[in-house]
Amino acid sequence: MQREGSPWRGLGVVTGKELADHLSSVRILVIELLVVITGFVIVLVSLQQIRNVTAEDPFLLLRVFTRSGEQLSFVFVLTLLVPLVAIGLGFDLVNSEHNQRTLSRILSQPIYRDALLFGKFLAGLATIAISLTAMWMVVLGLALYQLGVPPSGEEIARAALMLVVTIAYAGVWLALAMLCSVVFRSAATAALTALGVWLFISILWPLLSGHLVNVFVPLQAGSPDELLSGLATRQAVMRLSPGALFGEIVSVLLDPSVRSTQQSQLAAMGLALVEPGSIPGAPLPLLQSVLIVWPQIVTLIASTIVLFVIGYVVFQRQEVRA
Amino acid sequence: MSAQVIEAQDLTKRYNGVPVVKGITFSVAQGEIFGLLGPNGAGKTTTILMMLGLTEISDGQVRVLGYDPVREPLQVKRRVGYLPDAVGFYDSLTAAENLRYTGRLIGLDAGECDEKIRSALDHVGLHDVTDRRVATFSRGMRQRLGIAEILLKDAQIAILDEPTSGLDPQATIELLEIIRNLKQRDVTVLLSSHLLDRVQSVCDRVALFSQGNIVLLGSVDELGRQVLGGTFNLDVEAEGSGLDARLKAIPGVTDVETFGPNRWRLKTDRDVRSETAATVMGAGGKLLRLAVEVPSLEMIYTRYFRDEELGGRDAA
Repeated sequence: MQREGSPWRGLGVVTGKELADHLSSVRILVIELLVVITGFVIVLVSLQQIRNVTAEDPFLLLRVFTRSGEQLSFVFVLTLLVPLVAIGLGFDLVNSEHNQRTLSRILSQPIYRDALLFGKFLAGLATIAISLTAMWMVVLGLALYQLGVPPSGEEIARAALMLVVTIAYAGVWLALAMLCSVVFRSAATAALTALGVWLFISILWPLLSGHLVNVFVPLQAGSPDELLSGLATRQAVMRLSPGALFGEIVSVLLDPSVRSTQQSQLAAMGLALVEPGSIPGAPLPLLQSVLIVWPQIVTLIASTIVLFVIGYVVFQRQEVRA
Repeated sequence: MSAQVIEAQDLTKRYNGVPVVKGITFSVAQGEIFGLLGPNGAGKTTTILMMLGLTEISDGQVRVLGYDPVREPLQVKRRVGYLPDAVGFYDSLTAAENLRYTGRLIGLDAGECDEKIRSALDHVGLHDVTDRRVATFSRGMRQRLGIAEILLKDAQIAILDEPTSGLDPQATIELLEIIRNLKQRDVTVLLSSHLLDRVQSVCDRVALFSQGNIVLLGSVDELGRQVLGGTFNLDVEAEGSGLDARLKAIPGVTDVETFGPNRWRLKTDRDVRSETAATVMGAGGKLLRLAVEVPSLEMIYTRYFRDEELGGRDAA
């Protein structure tokens, strides 16, 4: 049986209202201050190092994101903190409507549930996008000011792509947090569940997955092919974590000399990947870098969609009464 | 006036195969106040949610203003205002901001919306707290804000779920007055309640729910005749001699109980107050009190269920 009327009716209104809520809420302010200050400090430290170390680097600006100052790179901090922001935004999106008893009143207005859920997601993503963009601009501006080297067009393009990927990465966690907020009526349960998943996936999984794979498929220093397939298995298991995907994408996008997502792992073992006919260390064109990590980018977006759809289906079937 | 705005036919709702609303049929006419009454858990709220398309209908069908809430929920929800049980508003927003959000969801443009919000808040007596955050509102104020929302919507039907529960007597009286005003605006009102007496005073017709069925349907008077067997009780207090026999002789009086000196209770099949007064006066007596006991819903309800129980026991 087909229902009549557009599912998008009221979407703009819901998004606007939710966005206003987010931007005026104290919780979001605190979370964002945390992220901006952390990012700021790390960039300052790494800028110091870059000025001391790198004399001539065609992609000086991009080093700001990847160079680690005191062990921590800006990208690594993003990998950890962006999920925290997204969870902070999303864990009570739907269950707060239940708990404030506003859900049945809002749904008795002429809109479908689709608009409510999608509007909340869009507003959350927009909030994150606004703050990430602001932070990105602060970092770029700081880098330009401190380094005094005009950036090339390609550097800006790569940095902008990194921003887009970071927003997509935030989308995965926002969708997860929203799913929790649909499934659990209690905001505390939803927050704890989402944080638990975050802890497991971001911190425990990278530690565990290597050992797990070693148990089943031990990595031997045999022929290059064996070594590469062993690495591929490890990587496949690692990639169950969106953080690993994000890390791979960003490391390739921000460093034009990286020609494979396995390069850093090989480098850690003291090896280098040399393709026949290539000049080692020569920068890749932007499009080629994007092509290397295209599957990872698609996976990030697809996982966002899958998580959102699960939440959507559960929400559609939920009873509105308290 | 007589057009039917809500028509339910064999409306059924099952949760996991357990029926909670068991094939009810009723209709509500334009401009009337219709009460859905019954204990908690009798299926009132579920019936309301089905009419709004907020929960799926397992069987049967319902038409609201000619629309099918399953297929055309937006049309129904555009025209029907709903005040949920213990309605909630966004605590961090003011009364006006809450209504403005609703107004935009309905699709009113900004200028029109602000004007309507002002007049709606005026109407429910919240004009002086327009810009106060809802967090500070009492239960009664929230209910009134909910009614303001229905006014803002220009709803043709207002569905109020337990509008008076949890309110103090003063707030209840005020709210019932507002509900009567809705009727004057030609809004059809459907309200549910488990507080029978409160509702009796405003409802034109009522449906009594019990375990997912409508067991009685009609105006309070009709139900009274149906259940209480059409007898009125008339309490008389008078001084005079030989009144006993004279009272018994009044046409329409079926029985006279004597409570004490000068106090009687007449069982009658119609209103015989004037005849009684005339009789007492005619006998040279002094009439001290004459009170007719109006059948209350409470009475009808308890009597009905007692009879059911007795009937059940007899049958068994």
